[in-house]
Amino acid sequence: MLATSPIRRLASAALVALGTLAAPALAFEPEATECIAPANPGGGWDFTCRQVGKTLQDLGLIPGTMQVTNIAGGGGGVAFAEVVNKRGAENGLIVAASTATATRLAQGAYPGNTMDQVRWIGAVGADYGIVAVAKSSEINTLPELMDRIKADPRSISIAGGSAVGGWDHLKVLIAADKAGIEDLRTIKYVAFDGGGEAVTQLLAGSVQAFTGDASEAKGFVDSGDIKVIAVLAPERLEGDFGAFPTAREQGIDAIGANWRGFYAPGGMSDEAHAYWVERVATVYASPEWKAVMAQNGLAPLDLSGDAFRAFVADSIASIAEISREIGLIK
Amino acid sequence: MDALASLADGFAVALTWQNLLLALVGCFLGTVMGALPGLGPSNGVAILIPLAFTLGLGPTEAMILLTSVYYGAMYGGRISSILLNIPGDEPALMTTLDGYPMAQQGRAGEALALSGVASFVGAFLATWGLVFLAPQLVKVALLFGPAEYFALFVLAFATLGGIASRNQAKAAFAAALGLGIAMVGVDGQTGVPRFAFGEVHLYDGIDFLVAIVGLFALSEVFIFLEHRGEDTVEGHASKVGIGRVIPSGRLLARCTPTMLRTSLIGFVAGVLPGAGASLGSFLAYSMEKKLVDREGTFGKGDPRGVAAPEAGNNAAAGGALVPMLALGVPGSGTTAVLLAMLLALNITPGPLLFTQNPDVVWGLIAALFIGNLMLLAMNIPMVGMFVRVLLVPPRILMPIVAMVSFVGIYGISGSTFDLLVMVVFGVLGWVLRKLDVPLVPVILGVLLGNLMEANLRRAMTISDGEWSALVASPLAIGLWTVSIVGFVLPILFGRVLRARMGRRKDEEGAVSD
Repeated sequence: MLATSPIRRLASAALVALGTLAAPALAFEPEATECIAPANPGGGWDFTCRQVGKTLQDLGLIPGTMQVTNIAGGGGGVAFAEVVNKRGAENGLIVAASTATATRLAQGAYPGNTMDQVRWIGAVGADYGIVAVAKSSEINTLPELMDRIKADPRSISIAGGSAVGGWDHLKVLIAADKAGIEDLRTIKYVAFDGGGEAVTQLLAGSVQAFTGDASEAKGFVDSGDIKVIAVLAPERLEGDFGAFPTAREQGIDAIGANWRGFYAPGGMSDEAHAYWVERVATVYASPEWKAVMAQNGLAPLDLSGDAFRAFVADSIASIAEISREIGLIK
Repeated sequence: MDALASLADGFAVALTWQNLLLALVGCFLGTVMGALPGLGPSNGVAILIPLAFTLGLGPTEAMILLTSVYYGAMYGGRISSILLNIPGDEPALMTTLDGYPMAQQGRAGEALALSGVASFVGAFLATWGLVFLAPQLVKVALLFGPAEYFALFVLAFATLGGIASRNQAKAAFAAALGLGIAMVGVDGQTGVPRFAFGEVHLYDGIDFLVAIVGLFALSEVFIFLEHRGEDTVEGHASKVGIGRVIPSGRLLARCTPTMLRTSLIGFVAGVLPGAGASLGSFLAYSMEKKLVDREGTFGKGDPRGVAAPEAGNNAAAGGALVPMLALGVPGSGTTAVLLAMLLALNITPGPLLFTQNPDVVWGLIAALFIGNLMLLAMNIPMVGMFVRVLLVPPRILMPIVAMVSFVGIYGISGSTFDLLVMVVFGVLGWVLRKLDVPLVPVILGVLLGNLMEANLRRAMTISDGEWSALVASPLAIGLWTVSIVGFVLPILFGRVLRARMGRRKDEEGAVSD
């Protein structure tokens, strides 16, 4: 590997110069790093891979550039199976994950796959869900939207970027459940290929509402083309999104937090796992990452290593419970 | 003329030595990547993203490099289409229909030069469209809901009968086969795998590139193997000449209306986020054939059949930048990668991009003009070099084609499974060629099938299964009308025409008796 060795040497030199590393962490150094975004470019997982990859590179925490591979399909199931079945022992690989990953694992939608087949690295923040309508819509609050669904479920179509049964769908159902809608199956949810396409269809007037994550809607919120009627967070978000009320303020106690983080192949060595846990935690703590979070409406969520693993396990258990409650799984 | 003033500022940004050099490098790499079967614009751009990061380029410089690669690849795709009947990437698919017959008639140089000019015209007009119309055009994209997209795909299939084959039934069979292949994989609307047979690699569906390279490139190799040692193949190839490398003024004049019309069609298809460059070049070709092909020369080496798809797909490439910049919604695989690049550079594309980052937008647009001129200047002299590929005897050329196919596909996915799929498609392509079934509709079915299905099902969900929703808007009705007219007219008129010609023959026969 003539081509990579000078870069690696440079990178390790930079790391030593930074002096932030304990000696054992240097025991592992990946030759090349890759981040799999289990969806097409432009969505949340892609954003996670690219932004974290760029920050890792800017801070000199990895050798060279992190390659981002988009493996779309099956709500992340294709990538999960790929990592479990084919790339189970790679040490230079991490995969973007989020609540959507936990949702699918909880509902058994990755056939034959469980969370124990991979190693969990850490979280880099949480993206709270939003419900939005077009600028010109007569609907101004979440209770108004819910009342219309109650009155005539057929009159409201809600677009989201995830498949039916996915997290974007589930968020609406959670809110509707809390708003007292009896038969959740009457709610019309239309699945698009990613949040960008879903927002476009809201602007086009094909659908009446949009559900997604704050970061997906940022560009359209700034321009005033869409109206955020509720943020599914416990408290108001900081920054630009602080202007929008939470669902809780409006009397609907629904919270939809889409955490963002990473998992790695199940056969990754302990040294490599420690390396990635440490690197991702370093990114999370950096001022550069704080700026990215602020710019994109990400709220803090500081979890790594075992704590993150336990959090994902809890998250899966509670989503399984909600899914059972609303009849998505038996 | 705000736009012109901004454009002048853009040229000030783009006209630095560094940016010109980046554009030149991008154009060259793009052309080469586009010409290689398997490597298309989206992989080309994706491959160069790490380079942009490593060089520490700013947002404007990085976008100049990557969009030059994008435009370059759109130019380059035609080269192998014309010379080898193997599309370099999916938008160049339609160029094989008349480009390869032209090459077989010894007019390869002319076809390459003409397609270079057509590419330039399409891209040039589209870039002007981007300058003046981007904000307004976004509104066009917003007219398209799921029902309208579905009607648009129906239009594409309705005009399919006209292309690629004398035998309509075989073309229809090929399209149905393509649609069937498109159904393989996880269903986005429910997350349930279909026809995947528990094979996880099929969950993602069949990659177009794998299908194209298998069907076109490998089957060509198989045909050669079948005929090994026979004089026909060798003799046939050595007879093919280069022809003139500069198209005559008369030819250009004859193709000019075609280029203008198809640039418009391509540009509009590019602007629609759900359509893309492949649909642009396809509609450009089939519409143009319906409009001007009175002598039935399309598909047999008509220069207009080369100019149409090339102007169309390059205009679509420019059009696809409209929704990407103005909405933050990618209209094609390549713009999706460019979008991701912008996001990684902390620039949020969207309605405010033109006001918040004018230097990036206008620098980029100016770079497109510059890159386009460079590509024209680079491509015309290179025609003489490219056509020499034809002088390589098949016994040397074919193994190279096979090698490039395998390396290209493995290079994209790193998956040996894809290589097996490619070989299966190669065998399928060989069988279909034996049966004289056209290959182009197969690829169109694969390319458009998924999108068509997803939009139909979205429309049905929104309307509670009410089929009338498909014709609820004036735009949808218009698209359906064009589809039906485009489908029915050739059948009716074809019959009348054939009957009349038959009668005339009878009469002539009667007279000579």
